[in-house]
Amino acid sequence: MSERTFELEVLRYNPETDREPHFQIYSVSCEEEWVVLDALNRIKETLDPTLNYRWSCHMAVCGSCGMMINGEPKLACKAFLRELPVRIRVEPLAHFPIERDLVTVIDDFIGKLKRVKPYLIPKAEKALSEGEYLQTPAQLKKIKQYTLCINCMLCYAACPEYGLIPKFIGPAAIALAHRYNQDSRDGGRAERQQEIASSEGVWECSFAGACSEVCPEHVDPAAALQQVKIASTVDWYQEHLMPWLRK
Amino acid sequence: MAQEIGRRPYLREVPRVRWFFDHPRYLRYMARELTCLFIGAYTLLLVVGFARLADGRAAYEAFLAALKGPLGVAFHVLALGFAIYHSVTWFNLTPKALPVQVGEDFLPDWVISGAHYAAWLALSAGMLYFAGAF
Repeated sequence: MSERTFELEVLRYNPETDREPHFQIYSVSCEEEWVVLDALNRIKETLDPTLNYRWSCHMAVCGSCGMMINGEPKLACKAFLRELPVRIRVEPLAHFPIERDLVTVIDDFIGKLKRVKPYLIPKAEKALSEGEYLQTPAQLKKIKQYTLCINCMLCYAACPEYGLIPKFIGPAAIALAHRYNQDSRDGGRAERQQEIASSEGVWECSFAGACSEVCPEHVDPAAALQQVKIASTVDWYQEHLMPWLRK
Repeated sequence: MAQEIGRRPYLREVPRVRWFFDHPRYLRYMARELTCLFIGAYTLLLVVGFARLADGRAAYEAFLAALKGPLGVAFHVLALGFAIYHSVTWFNLTPKALPVQVGEDFLPDWVISGAHYAAWLALSAGMLYFAGAF
């Protein structure tokens, strides 16, 4: 296996000693088929054990290793070195506060995720003896792509609206709310609408579409948000112009 | 005893104005958004045309003559170009907002955006018909 030297320009920040983040350059020998996460691991193992970053699965499933790689939000485990120049700039995910080095504070996203109730709220609770909540293949297909979200927050780092207006609930959380709203077994839409149809919800979105472009799982949050806008607009018209249509 | 670690999260502020120069996709987005100004300007021009028409025949003919001048033609070419860019970029996004599921599968994207292009053509042809073009 052939090795090549890469220069990683990594944003460092130590809250105990640094006033602000700064770049540190590491020259590290990497194998051709490695990803950026492998390079970071080699740096940590051989050059600088103080470097901090999150990772877990190394196979684009856990969503922990999101970072800015040459200005693009990517999973470090899915960013192949062979597709990158020899000098690679690695920064923590944009739009999130930096805890330390490449580790960000994600409390804001977790709070928003909780607010949209991203779980099944059954229309009517069934006793266990009545069996499963069944779904047809067509009903599953309607929501399938949104179920692939791994909460990696790349879409938040790409979203210009979230960067400028941090109260925006944002792409992944609204896409997940939409996923459950569209689920044939779910009856929780009215509860979720309180959050996602509010001014902090879909109406902060101006359809830049960056979220869908960077999603490593090929989810299309931008589509979900536009569909929520249309459904919320229909709600408004029904409520104000055709109240007799509302049950 | 482990020493308590001091937390002092650092937020890198997004520049209020320059942010859309940070990435080509933001520039493309701003191009789509800003081209609407030419559609707005053209709408204002039509309103001015109505006002000139209300002022009488001489005023309206002077307005038409001004449109045929080099500035008028230049504005029309620009406005047409930007209006087409604006419409095409938006029509190409319609499949995201309006997915149609038939049976198990969703209609392909080109059907949804194609329907918009077809409606655009039909309405434009209708306008030209009423304007006496054919």
